[in-house]
Amino acid sequence: MKKFSISSLLSQLLLLFFVIIWIIPTFGLFISSLRDKDLLAISGWWTSLTTTEVNEIYRMSGMESQIEEDGYFKIKGKLFEDNSGKKIESFGITSKKINEFNIGDIATFKDESEVLLDEDGNYEWRSRTEFKKKKGKRLFTTSLSPPAFTFENYREVLFKEGIGRAFINTMAVALPSTLIPLIICSFFAYSLTWMKFYGRDTLLAIIIASLVVPLQMSLIPILTIYNDFGALFGVAAKSYPGVWMAHTGFGLASTTFLLRNFLKSLPNEMMEAAKVDGASHYDIFLRIIIPLSIPAFASIFILQFLWCWNDLLVGLVFLDQVPSEIILTAKLKELLGSRGENWEILTTGAFVSMTVPLFIFFALQRYFIRGLVAGSVKG
Amino acid sequence: MTILNLVFIVFLGILFFIAYFHISNYILDIYGNKTLKRYNFENSIRVIVFITPAFVVLFIFILYPVFETIRLSFYDKFGREFVGLYNYKWAINDPEFRRSILNNLVWLLVVPTLSTFFGLVIANLADRIWWGSIAKSIIFMPMAISFVGAGVIWKFIYEYRGPENTQIGLLNAIIVSLGYEPQAWLTIPMWNNFFLMAIMIWIQTGLALVIFSAALRSIPKEMLEAARIDGASELKIFFSIIIPYLEQTILVIWTLITIIVLRIFDIIFAMTNGEWQTGVLANLMYDWMFRGGGDSGRGSVLAIVIMIGVIPILAWNLYKHRQEQKI
Repeated sequence: MKKFSISSLLSQLLLLFFVIIWIIPTFGLFISSLRDKDLLAISGWWTSLTTTEVNEIYRMSGMESQIEEDGYFKIKGKLFEDNSGKKIESFGITSKKINEFNIGDIATFKDESEVLLDEDGNYEWRSRTEFKKKKGKRLFTTSLSPPAFTFENYREVLFKEGIGRAFINTMAVALPSTLIPLIICSFFAYSLTWMKFYGRDTLLAIIIASLVVPLQMSLIPILTIYNDFGALFGVAAKSYPGVWMAHTGFGLASTTFLLRNFLKSLPNEMMEAAKVDGASHYDIFLRIIIPLSIPAFASIFILQFLWCWNDLLVGLVFLDQVPSEIILTAKLKELLGSRGENWEILTTGAFVSMTVPLFIFFALQRYFIRGLVAGSVKG
Repeated sequence: MTILNLVFIVFLGILFFIAYFHISNYILDIYGNKTLKRYNFENSIRVIVFITPAFVVLFIFILYPVFETIRLSFYDKFGREFVGLYNYKWAINDPEFRRSILNNLVWLLVVPTLSTFFGLVIANLADRIWWGSIAKSIIFMPMAISFVGAGVIWKFIYEYRGPENTQIGLLNAIIVSLGYEPQAWLTIPMWNNFFLMAIMIWIQTGLALVIFSAALRSIPKEMLEAARIDGASELKIFFSIIIPYLEQTILVIWTLITIIVLRIFDIIFAMTNGEWQTGVLANLMYDWMFRGGGDSGRGSVLAIVIMIGVIPILAWNLYKHRQEQKI
């Protein structure tokens, strides 16, 4: 239908520009999480498909490993394991001239010992006199590393850095924090829509007012309640049930509001007919409302679940920052502080924390968007 | 707590609420519903059964805290002694508070405006291009990830190494390849705020985009066709038809993002922790909740200042609700 035109080409280019800007940050993170950590630390992720020049310092073995051969005392060894495909280009024996020698050259130290090095890192260090030092001398190498991708970062982050446990903790926070409000709000929304009682309109107005109350208003009083409750009953003030209820409280208004908007759109005649047949409100709720509301439930579930999964503040205030309770976002923040230079840990950790949201995003995008649109057009 | 225990209490927690509704309604079904008179009585009990859990939660977690926070703002740091307006006076004279308020205002000005603008532009572009829905998906994706995750992503972009090293942060790599000195972006006062805001815009544009996309479909096709036949350029159509038509939606998105930005905490907490003059109210409040053993008076004042920001929106929502009820 559409003709090819300059304006259409321009809009395509403009959109492409936006798309590239928007995707690059996440893409860079993803690529980096898969790179070898030594390469990641010294080269940008956009160079990950090319060979990288790496400068390194190695120390040769000391006197224990020397052997006598052909009138020389020799120390033989390997600078690095040869599985990485790294090839040494040049090397040096002082930090001032790290590129002094090429592979095949014989480098001579001040004490007249000599060293030979091949491109795979095998060295032969020889001297006419016996080696007397426990530590070997340093070699400065410049090598070319081929692109290296690995899942090693994921293994390290999941099992050594505690991200794996934090993942489970986050799940233990997010699931109940989504299901509990869904359960209690569906009954609440049902009574606000289909049952007549005194004060219903006031309650509805309170819900609408609560929609925009920032959760900062609740933090200090709730924390005080939890502390008092903990002291009174001799239990921990910070606990999983505490977080669930906090999330339930903060998500209650929006969940109720969205559900009520949906329930209001169902035909009244259906409820009336069921009532005439002698069905109680609970029957109506179970047999009619729930089956009809599955799409609405799905949208609200996704919104609330993502909110709880991605939350930082609630998990920070209402949970102890210990391995058995810390959530992913808090853990990431902690790593940003303590491992700020270890980008292989940060990028991988961030990507692990994003897996669930991204899965939901790609698998259930329709419900996600529907929930957002429903929540915003009114609110 | 072992993982097995954790799974157990998760199930227990969820089951508790299902059991509450099921058992109480089951009891009502057995004893009620015999005569019409009883039916009404039973119904009023059932209303109580239905709304009690939600109402209790609403009361404990929203209603009571609002009044308690207001009360605490007039009390000392332990919430014991009445100190009148002392905490408010402290806030007005505190340089950190002033800085935070200023930063919050800039955030409120920049982020909703640019997010809405980009969302509108992209929704329009994507609407007319065959690969538009893929583009929308990609731009919408940051909405799904956490602020902290986004923080890590962007901290990697802003990463700074000394001039003698290879830059692994994208922004500095670009700057260096253009022949400039690398910069530690997040530590440059005033400008660093904009680098943090970029993250929020990156996220919220997706929200604006999907809502605009839904709204664009409501514009009558005939109107656009007529304009095109009359020879109006796409730019002219955008400004003279689409923007006026979407006025309501623009307002809604604007307020929506404003509410989100007003309580922004995670990004700044993760990226700079309020250093280099990037603090905002929510961060300052979190700080005072724990600083020096915690000061509930000052913390409450800061919460109230955030709350004041949403009151106009709250009033407007209630007004609209009242109008709808009348119809």
